[in-house]
Amino acid sequence: MSTNNLSSQTKSGLIVNNPGVLALVQDGGRLGQHRVGLTVGGPMDPFAFRWANRLCGNDDNASVIEVSIGGFVAEFTQATQIAVTGAEVDVKLNNQAVEQWQTLSVNAGDVLKLGFASAGCRIYIAVQGGLQVAPQFGSSATVVREKMGGLSGEALSKGTSIELAPLEAKPMLMMPENSRPVYPQNSSSEKAYKIQPLRVVLGYQADSFSRVDKAHFFSSEYTVSERMDRMGYRLTGPECRSTISNMLSEGICHGAIQLPPDGQPIILLNDRQTIGGYPKLGSVMARDTARLAQMTQGNKVFFEAVTIEDAHAINLLAEYKESQIQLLSLD
Amino acid sequence: MKIEVAGENALILYFSDEVSDASSAQIYAMTQALEALVGDGIIDLVPSYASLLIIFDHSRYNYYSLKQYLQTIIFQIEAAQQTNSNTEDGDAPIITLPVYYGVEAAPDLEELAINAQLTTDEVIAIHQAGLYQVYAIGFAPGFAFLGQVDERIAAPRKSTPRKAVPKGAVAIADRQTAVYPSVSPGGWNLIGLCPVPMFEPLKTPSMPLATGNKVKFEAISKAEFISMGGVL
Repeated sequence: MSTNNLSSQTKSGLIVNNPGVLALVQDGGRLGQHRVGLTVGGPMDPFAFRWANRLCGNDDNASVIEVSIGGFVAEFTQATQIAVTGAEVDVKLNNQAVEQWQTLSVNAGDVLKLGFASAGCRIYIAVQGGLQVAPQFGSSATVVREKMGGLSGEALSKGTSIELAPLEAKPMLMMPENSRPVYPQNSSSEKAYKIQPLRVVLGYQADSFSRVDKAHFFSSEYTVSERMDRMGYRLTGPECRSTISNMLSEGICHGAIQLPPDGQPIILLNDRQTIGGYPKLGSVMARDTARLAQMTQGNKVFFEAVTIEDAHAINLLAEYKESQIQLLSLD
Repeated sequence: MKIEVAGENALILYFSDEVSDASSAQIYAMTQALEALVGDGIIDLVPSYASLLIIFDHSRYNYYSLKQYLQTIIFQIEAAQQTNSNTEDGDAPIITLPVYYGVEAAPDLEELAINAQLTTDEVIAIHQAGLYQVYAIGFAPGFAFLGQVDERIAAPRKSTPRKAVPKGAVAIADRQTAVYPSVSPGGWNLIGLCPVPMFEPLKTPSMPLATGNKVKFEAISKAEFISMGGVL
């Protein structure tokens, strides 16, 4: 079914020895296909994704491997350059510890091995030239629920081989330490570590929530439950309910805060269904869902309402700051 | 018509509080008018029962500039609909889908008929008599929600969903009907099989239906079903 092995038997690239918890091919996401019911997919943490590609001299949206939690092992069958960003994890190349957030040179026969994330949840492995995976509906993003993207619409598994571009050596680069995100610690003693709020633009059925319920929602702490995946993060905490009990299904945007009858919020993320019929309070800003997606069960979050004007300003400022990041040369 | 914020780069148009032919026509016209901008300032569109979600590129529009632009389009659509109200111009296309309603293709037809106090032939006749609106596409790639089903043959979802509903299954749940685009779990009542594929990723367009289209069902024989590629 996969169309990426048209070329030859002699293709080289990488072979997955162990996918770990979950390893998926992702690019910038499948855009403009909601009309046939296809969701977006794409990287849960776009910042870490983008900079993994930049460290390899790739286009921002080139295809990478997104590893959740860790445990991923692969062997390269050709020389290339790679970068590992995102959640903090032990990275070994031929059993030698190597750094995240910088370009690494690999040779044919080298084995890349990830441990399990000590802080954060989503790890990005970019490879020079991008993974050579045929797009479906314009994107290689894997959405397992839809059997779409990646290799035959599936997560990577032991023995999967992925074709890579021929090596065209690019400059060796490093992300300055102070520009790297800080991810929440995964050790249980530090789970309660307070992070910045998740900023929410009120919208959709926001008016159908009582003043009291809204006040509760924005002044309470919520905990990431075990039901957290690429479709959405279910949180537990004070109940918050809409006065609407029955509504017509409607389009769901990224970050939408859905409140089903049990009053426990679900933040809808990359692999969400495109329509749904539960009331929504508004939507978490994408730069904050990127932080949420780096959390695991037990992490605490809280919310802050911002206006649509604030959201635009926050995004413009953050984009400006990101544009000022200068990768350092390792050559 | 109300325009509400949905998210930092999304707004949602509510055309009415309930489904109606008038709002369906407006949603269809609005989606058509904006389709050319998908990939060029608009990231995606999600038309649904009585609303249209518009996700935009925030480097091109902000909430206010897009809202203003949408208001001019809405005005044009309303004006056009008023002048066209006595003609059929601008109406959504009608797509006819063949259905084999035979016993082996319709495991729930008899029960539905008994509960409705009708014969199976009457259920089939009533299902075919309807002209259905494509209200929304979602749940799974290519899954189109069609309505309204005649109240006489409306039936609640089965209390225990099937683990695997076959591809092409024609089904009823409450006052909606649908054709399952691929094998999937599902709790709808199965009354026939449609040989026309609902979702083909390698084809353009990948679906025979779009939100806002109208659909008719037409009974075919077992031989016709097989000759159209149907599998029993």
